[in-house]
Amino acid sequence: MSEDMVLLLGKALGETVYMVAVSMTIATLLGVPLGVLLHTTAKGQILEAAALNKAVGAVVNAIRSIPFIILMVAIIPLTRLLVGSAIGTTAAMVPLVIASVPFIGRQVETSLKEVPYGLIEAAQAMGASPAQIIFRVLLPESMPSIVAQLTTVIISLVGESAMAGAIGGGGLGDLAIRYGYQRFRPEVMLATVVILIILVQLVQLAGNTLARKLDKR
Amino acid sequence: MIKLSQIEKTYATPAGPLRALKGIDLNIKKGEIYGIIGLSGAGKSTLVRCINMLERPTRGKVFVDGRELTAMSDSELRSVRKDIGMIFQHFNLLSSATVYDNIAFPLRLAGKGEDAIRAKVIPLLKLVGLEAKAEQYPSQLSGGQKQRVGIARALASEPKVLLCDEATSALDPQTTRSILDLIKSINERLHLTVVVITHEMQVIKDICDKVAVLDGGVITEQGTVLDVFTNPQKDITKEFISVLLSNELPVAFRGGLVEKEYSEGAYLLLRLTFIGESADEPVLAGMIRKFPEVECTMLFGQLDQISGQPFGRMIVGLTGPQQQIDMALGYLAAQELREEVIGYVRRHGAAAG
Ligand SMILES: Nc1ncnc2c1ncn2[C@@H]1O[C@H](COP(=O)(O)OP(=O)(O)O)[C@@H](O)[C@H]1O
Ligand SMILES: [Mg+2]
Repeated sequence: MSEDMVLLLGKALGETVYMVAVSMTIATLLGVPLGVLLHTTAKGQILEAAALNKAVGAVVNAIRSIPFIILMVAIIPLTRLLVGSAIGTTAAMVPLVIASVPFIGRQVETSLKEVPYGLIEAAQAMGASPAQIIFRVLLPESMPSIVAQLTTVIISLVGESAMAGAIGGGGLGDLAIRYGYQRFRPEVMLATVVILIILVQLVQLAGNTLARKLDKR
Repeated sequence: MIKLSQIEKTYATPAGPLRALKGIDLNIKKGEIYGIIGLSGAGKSTLVRCINMLERPTRGKVFVDGRELTAMSDSELRSVRKDIGMIFQHFNLLSSATVYDNIAFPLRLAGKGEDAIRAKVIPLLKLVGLEAKAEQYPSQLSGGQKQRVGIARALASEPKVLLCDEATSALDPQTTRSILDLIKSINERLHLTVVVITHEMQVIKDICDKVAVLDGGVITEQGTVLDVFTNPQKDITKEFISVLLSNELPVAFRGGLVEKEYSEGAYLLLRLTFIGESADEPVLAGMIRKFPEVECTMLFGQLDQISGQPFGRMIVGLTGPQQQIDMALGYLAAQELREEVIGYVRRHGAAAG
């Protein structure tokens, strides 16, 4: 493989990592509170609010039912509005975030559900406020599970970022399509696939290690 | 210290309203260990959760230390709950926090500084005998040790009341014993008022001063443990007690025909219960001396303690001339003990006549 090809692969990998890292960070900042909201406003939970819970849940389900590739195209006007352009690495992050927030929300909700209600009651019996229960009981207790769930989200983001890249966002997906497919360079295709596999393995390994470290159960 | 008046709690369930508590009146004095016993589903947990208002009663009033909890807002309740510690059947410890941090938890909630927390947690670790385990996680502890952490955590905010909901029900008998001893010693040392919820009479007998029997959401019987234990009124109470007391006849008489009338050679079986001081008195020796013609055989004997009072039970068999036996019976009736006539029974294999 030529030296400029290696450079291209390196640049594409950098773009993918950048897209995934930034969109994951933003999506986590929005998705974790969403998960907390979904969980705590559910029936029988500390901030029970049935109507709100149903409404938010419906929006989450709606976004999650749109295939990423369609979502990406459908929200182009919104992307333009937010970043001024529909093409490029930054523009690609808008659909990535929008697709990931409800995903993270549901994942975090699932993790929070695993916390035994007895712990919440014990905290209430000690005079804990709802905020204290969220930050000192629910989140710390479900952290290993949340980390494991977020790892899954990162991995699906790697895949989605490749799709986003294919419509001009850069990154490994873009490279694979433009060189590997359109210019028929099978070695480029192979190299991107191998890099993606290694990337996903590393993310999974890191996630597992961190989750295990946090898990004191 | 704790006063419940006309507490009712009705849950809305898909199958319609469920009346878990149907008008509970309860008065618990400062420093008392008050037991509440009942079968599963009787409403015990609901009742104890009404005391700290984890469950708001549908009707009625709850007073703790003179303050009416039922009239308080949620934020007032949060502050008053620091005066009411609670321990649970399944311990409810934070799995992600060390023993130290679990005990520190209520203090952190209250916004205490780390130095003040340390000064509080270290003596508590000592009190419950877990100094060596401070940096371990709950998953590394045995059930008994977990409950000790639960107790230390409940005591951290220096409560006036300790609520125990089936605190020993997940533990083996030996560990139960040691946890009950710990609760008892804390009660004595800190003059803490303790409410013990259980389905086991043994727990009541071991540490409680008073007891209320809860059945179907109502208190069917209450009083000092000694009274309720030695003179139960309701069938359900008798059933709880019978688990502890063997009421079976001694093997030599089991299955034999129990007759009301005297017949020569048959034994008059008596169940005697000695309470308190009288357990120490040589009542039987006195009877034997007075009625030498009556032969007295001890068939079963058990000496126990209830609320620190000696409590003895025995089954004796008397044989001899009818008139002497009747007089011996009269003598026993005049003593400070409770006697219950089982009847005249013949020993297995004994020739009639
Ligand atoms: N949150 C609840 N919602 C509906 N029913 C409940 C709830 N909690 C308890 N109950 C019902 O109330 C009754 C008393 O329950 P509980 O107080 O837990 O009994 P115990 O602790 O004596 O076993 C039971 O019939 C139980 O099913
Ligand atoms: Mg219960």
